[in-house]
Amino acid sequence: MLVSARGLTKTFGDFVAVDGIDVEVRRGEAFGFLGPNGAGKSSTMRMIGCVSPATGGELRIFGQDPAVDGPAIRARLGSCPQADMLDEELTVQENLWIYGRYFGLTKAQTRKRATELLDFAQLTDRRGDKVEPLSGGMKRRLTIARSLINNPELLLLDEPTTGLDPQARHILWDRLFRLKRQGVTLIITTHYMDEAEQLCDRLVVMDHGRIVAEGSPRDLITRYSTREVVELRFDSDDHADHIDAVTGVAAASRVELLPDRLLVYTDDGDATSADLHARGVIPLSTLVRRSTLEDVFLHLTGRTLVD
Amino acid sequence: MSSSTVQSTATTTAPGGGGRAGRGGHGTREPLSWLERIRAVVGYFLTVYRRTWRGSIIGRFASPLFFLLAMGLGLGSLVDAKAGGVGGLSYLHFVVPAIVATQSMWVAMGESTYQVMGYFKWNKMYAAMLATPLRVADILTGHLLTVVFHLATATTIFVAVAAEFGGFAGWGALWCIPIGVLTGLAFAVPVFAYTASQQTEDGYNILFRMVVSPLMLFSGTFFPIAQLPVWLQPIAWATPLWHGVELARGAATGVVSSPVAAWVHVAALLAFVGIGWVLALRLFTRRLVA
Ligand SMILES: Nc1ncnc2c1ncn2[C@@H]1O[C@H](COP(=O)(O)OP(=O)(O)O)[C@@H](O)[C@H]1O
Ligand SMILES: [Mg+2]
Repeated sequence: MLVSARGLTKTFGDFVAVDGIDVEVRRGEAFGFLGPNGAGKSSTMRMIGCVSPATGGELRIFGQDPAVDGPAIRARLGSCPQADMLDEELTVQENLWIYGRYFGLTKAQTRKRATELLDFAQLTDRRGDKVEPLSGGMKRRLTIARSLINNPELLLLDEPTTGLDPQARHILWDRLFRLKRQGVTLIITTHYMDEAEQLCDRLVVMDHGRIVAEGSPRDLITRYSTREVVELRFDSDDHADHIDAVTGVAAASRVELLPDRLLVYTDDGDATSADLHARGVIPLSTLVRRSTLEDVFLHLTGRTLVD
Repeated sequence: MSSSTVQSTATTTAPGGGGRAGRGGHGTREPLSWLERIRAVVGYFLTVYRRTWRGSIIGRFASPLFFLLAMGLGLGSLVDAKAGGVGGLSYLHFVVPAIVATQSMWVAMGESTYQVMGYFKWNKMYAAMLATPLRVADILTGHLLTVVFHLATATTIFVAVAAEFGGFAGWGALWCIPIGVLTGLAFAVPVFAYTASQQTEDGYNILFRMVVSPLMLFSGTFFPIAQLPVWLQPIAWATPLWHGVELARGAATGVVSSPVAAWVHVAALLAFVGIGWVLALRLFTRRLVA
């Protein structure tokens, strides 16, 4: 067990950001915290990263207590905070060289490792350039490369792809898969359900500082959602007007109302669509898709992940 | 892509082996010594300096020249002609050692205000360092040692240039270098603490207008504080600058009221550094470890 938390709590004044969560992360897995903005993901990650003291509960990383052995734990983990925290006035490789020294690596060790990591992060041809003009995806890859300089056993990634375009996200995911294959334990926070589904072996769904569900992405979908979803958009200001007409349609078990559409949870999307048509319900558009973690979240909290 | 090499430098501990595995491999890592931690922090700030030293070095040489021109040839010739100098010294020899201390204050302010704020807020380098085995005290020590380096460079250049143009009466001027560094540090450490307590740069307006600028005028740099109204004099005693000015002037001119007074000045400056350190450590920790 690399990380174990019991009743882990973080408060800021009267405000409870993390409300007594229990988490265990095993060696070699990719573990996720999925939740909307403000759920308490970063606060949790900062406690695990030993940069923010827990207010209450018990936390062990590598079996050690952050309150006692913070520097020793930090020596063994890598951390990509939500903000990149690079010195953008320095060059790409200078940012790596400086960081290696913080871990007590010799100059020669740091330089060698930096060369490998630049290759890994696909930044070798930019190594002598200042960081500032690099794209967001490159800066994120540099931050990840930097967090690997000490060859960590556990890598913390707080919203690794937020703000990146789809292509940059896929490059990053590919790098993270490679790390996982090499045996690095990953802890990832995200508010993107596709990212959680892609990267995580196991995850917890977090909301208002609490864990509302836990399992593999597949488990969670089977447990909290149906096989398929039919999304209906109507030419109407208030989609609530159409709930009655849709309720009880074939194969469906549940209807959720969103501001711009209705979601019909069903075991057979085609049968549901056909029955709607037969009933004379004519939406502007009908989309049949598989259930995702977004649906799990909606079911558990009544809200969407990304607002 | 040779991603397979990412972990190639790992020297993995033997299974069950509880021993240290150096720092490249998995398992417990050998802790860094104090010296290694401080060197790593100083290493960062010197890397930053390597990018900017050309611009700053020009200022370091220009500033004594401007002062000598204005004070020595301008004001000095007037004072010497009308009043026969100050207390038996030519105005130039009276004012130059004091200006060494004063410009140390300015250098210290430059290093401990916007710069420090930047490391908190803009590039968040302090926070980045704290994600590693480094601690708050290491960061503060390393950064302040870098400030000492800047103070030493600036003061040495100032003294050398001023000496070249006849700003000092004798070799006592060399004392101005450590005194200048100590005076600067007596500002830098408390101002590091002040910066850690400020969320925005607005607080610097007050600091510069209400503290630093008046100090330059009323700490005995340009005229003895005995010229000030009696009620203003104790205020000068409570500021680091006056102690620095008195020390530097005494050391450079050899005109010292008493050796005891000199030690009192040193103790006062050290007190600013010491109290500043305690405050800075507390406020840095409060700001960075939330
Ligand atoms: N330093 C802080 N002081 C006060 N409130 C904070 C602080 N950090 C986070 N919070 C609050 O705690 C809650 C959880 O924040 P965070 O952990 O950043 O959530 P997430 O990463 O899931 O978006 C938010 O409401 C945020 O405003
Ligand atoms: Mg966050």
